[in-house]
Amino acid sequence: MAYRREVLDTPDWWRELDEYINDQREKNRGHVQSALIPVLHHVQDRYGFIPDKAINHVAQALGVPTSYVCGVASFYSYFSLTPKGSFTVAVCLGTACYVQGSQAVVDEFSRRLGIRPGETTADGLFTLVEARCLGACGQAPVVMVNDEVHAAVTPEQVPNIIAHYTALAPREPASSNMA
Amino acid sequence: MGNVELTINGVRVEADSGSTIMDAADKAGIHIPRLCHHPRLSMQGACRVCIVEVEGVRNTVASCCYPVRDGMVVRTHTPEIQRLRRDIVELLLDNHPSDCNTCERNGNCELQRLASAMGIRERLFAGERKRYEKDLSSPSVIRDPEKCILCGRCIRVCGEIQEDAALSQVYRGFDTVVMPAHNAGFMETVCVSCGQCINVCPTAAFLEKDATAPFMKAIADPDTIVVSQMAPSVRAAIGECFGLQPGRAWEGQCFAAQRALGIDYVFDTQFSADLTIMEEAAEFVAKVKAGGPLPNITSCCPTWVKYAEHFHPDMLKYLSSAKSPMSMQGALVKTYWAEKMGVDPDRIFSVAIMCCTCKKFEATRPELHVDGRAAVDAVLTTREFGWLIKHMGIDFFNLPEEEPDSPLGSSTGAGVIFGATGGVTEAALRTAYWMLFDKDLPKEAIEFKAVRGMEGVRVATVDFEGLKVKAAVAHGLANANRVLDRLRGGEEFHWIEVMGCPGGCIGGGGQPYAGAYAVPLDEAMLLCRSCALYDLDAARTLRLSHANPDIQGLYRDYLDKPMSHRAHELLHTHYYARVPFGIRPQEAQL
Ligand code: SF4
Ligand code: SF4
Ligand code: FES
Ligand code: FES
Repeated sequence: MAYRREVLDTPDWWRELDEYINDQREKNRGHVQSALIPVLHHVQDRYGFIPDKAINHVAQALGVPTSYVCGVASFYSYFSLTPKGSFTVAVCLGTACYVQGSQAVVDEFSRRLGIRPGETTADGLFTLVEARCLGACGQAPVVMVNDEVHAAVTPEQVPNIIAHYTALAPREPASSNMA
Repeated sequence: MGNVELTINGVRVEADSGSTIMDAADKAGIHIPRLCHHPRLSMQGACRVCIVEVEGVRNTVASCCYPVRDGMVVRTHTPEIQRLRRDIVELLLDNHPSDCNTCERNGNCELQRLASAMGIRERLFAGERKRYEKDLSSPSVIRDPEKCILCGRCIRVCGEIQEDAALSQVYRGFDTVVMPAHNAGFMETVCVSCGQCINVCPTAAFLEKDATAPFMKAIADPDTIVVSQMAPSVRAAIGECFGLQPGRAWEGQCFAAQRALGIDYVFDTQFSADLTIMEEAAEFVAKVKAGGPLPNITSCCPTWVKYAEHFHPDMLKYLSSAKSPMSMQGALVKTYWAEKMGVDPDRIFSVAIMCCTCKKFEATRPELHVDGRAAVDAVLTTREFGWLIKHMGIDFFNLPEEEPDSPLGSSTGAGVIFGATGGVTEAALRTAYWMLFDKDLPKEAIEFKAVRGMEGVRVATVDFEGLKVKAAVAHGLANANRVLDRLRGGEEFHWIEVMGCPGGCIGGGGQPYAGAYAVPLDEAMLLCRSCALYDLDAARTLRLSHANPDIQGLYRDYLDKPMSHRAHELLHTHYYARVPFGIRPQEAQL
């Protein structure tokens, strides 16, 4: 995903990030722990994940040891330390979906895409995640791809779903998630 | 801080209000099992091994962080508590490799001891176990996350005592791993190789990088000349490797043991400790006479040097350019001594027995090489030395007391005390006085008690015939930061000594593990070890580095005088700012 990072790593962005960090520092009256979370959100909004380089930058700017920033960024499930694919496939493993056989659906995505849950395909297209109850239990087993819901998914439908989104894929790696 | 009275297991116990149930129980001689708790580190409350029952409180509480209250009724070993505790420890075991027989800490592991005390004789659970790669990239410290039980002591010692913050818990729940930033190899991080994480780890999740294999290979090769040196603190602690209480030095036996291991020439790092004093005191006196740059900051501790390179690059200009005793000794072995003996330096295998894990890293620093050769080929820790003695079937305590070889083996009392915090300062003051006034301090004035002890920072002003010399001594890197903060705040010092480890080298990362009834980093233990060194010093006839006849001979025959051209080539070095730039944790405890 070097392509995406090059585009996003502009001098303007780093300047803007520094301003954002200073704002947060002031807002939180110098309490850097509290400033850290919004700053990490800001970074994730830009890249779709939190790159190592940004962690180092944030650590320096806030004066929080780099190892601790890594700890915080990895603790919360809404931060990702690895790049996300253009399409995030979230398979629900909540109770309703699970009893309807959603584990087999995850396994099939995993097998077809060649990645484990939490990972992203080498071409940057798909990220597979396991979700807990997506709030659509009536349609179990539920799969969400970005914000589209697929209801009553069986393992047999998995190849079609993958093919559908592969056809939609942008030619260049996506540069979505631009703030 | 009033007194409160509580009842533990039916016994009335007095305690300071504000202390924890565990503190109170300790005082009353009731030992509550524990794992993540460490008396010198912040509270963690992570492992729950220390749970107890408090009357009127519905759930069990973690005694290591639960404050005492007046009238409290506590029970620590009821059948119910014992069962819960057993389950907690068993769950830890469950997620831990079952290879105790082949583990480096076999027989010296807190988890083993705990499992035994809990009476775990069979395993009831069998769950999923995590699998991780070891980090073998550092020449000093190995990290093995599979052995980690997530007590967090390493993170706290690194962040609180060392203010280095190399480590953190990353991810959460079952996936939690203790790792440096970005899971990088230690050498790409701010880790300073001090080895304190090894000292406080209850298991073998941190270990020193083994050097016994290359050492044994060198011993076995008849064409290789094996030459050794040994740091002061090794003799002060080696007995603990064989189960003795700290406090007694085994100097002569250490030399005999090295010969029994097959080492050809047994020298002593203390010789070069005397030499370091000659060079560093000369440098200091020159700075004083020239009016600066002051303070002179010591540079014999490689942990401190690496820390300064990461965290205080603006202070590097104050560091003495003198190499450490180990590196001076190594340089002399392959030049002065090799020439004297007429041997090819390439045939020499130079081994250093050190209390220190960071010395393994120091030996790899390219700027310390001499004529393109490593000055020291292998560094063994005290623990590795102790293991080799057992491995080779040497009956350590019945060895005759022997002397080191000449000429790189003789030393004065000033060289001995290098191992204790404040020792370098005291040794340097003794010789600086002589350099300044061309006479020795009066006999009764050579001990500078004000710089001794275990206080984290000690500042003393000594009066040298009207010249007031203000010296600061710090041990543990957090304390070094306190002194540098004062310096940056405008306070003036002539001299600052920094040792990376608590207690100085006697508390080094390569020293024997705390035994079954001891606590790592325990101050009383460190004091006992340092007393062993001060006793050796007091028993010497020669206690001033410049009075060492072999040092005098070395200058006469080879080096000319301190700070000479040749001395600079062999005995001095330089430092440089390192990446990643260090960020101190003190305002950002997360
Ligand atoms: S060796 Fe020292 S600096 Fe490195 S991780 Fe361990 S405690 Fe921290
Ligand atoms: S204080 Fe001594 S043992 Fe500790 S790192 Fe420094 S030189 Fe090594
Ligand atoms: S359990 Fe899957 S949507 Fe609720
Ligand atoms: S020792 Fe009290 S919670 Fe670990």
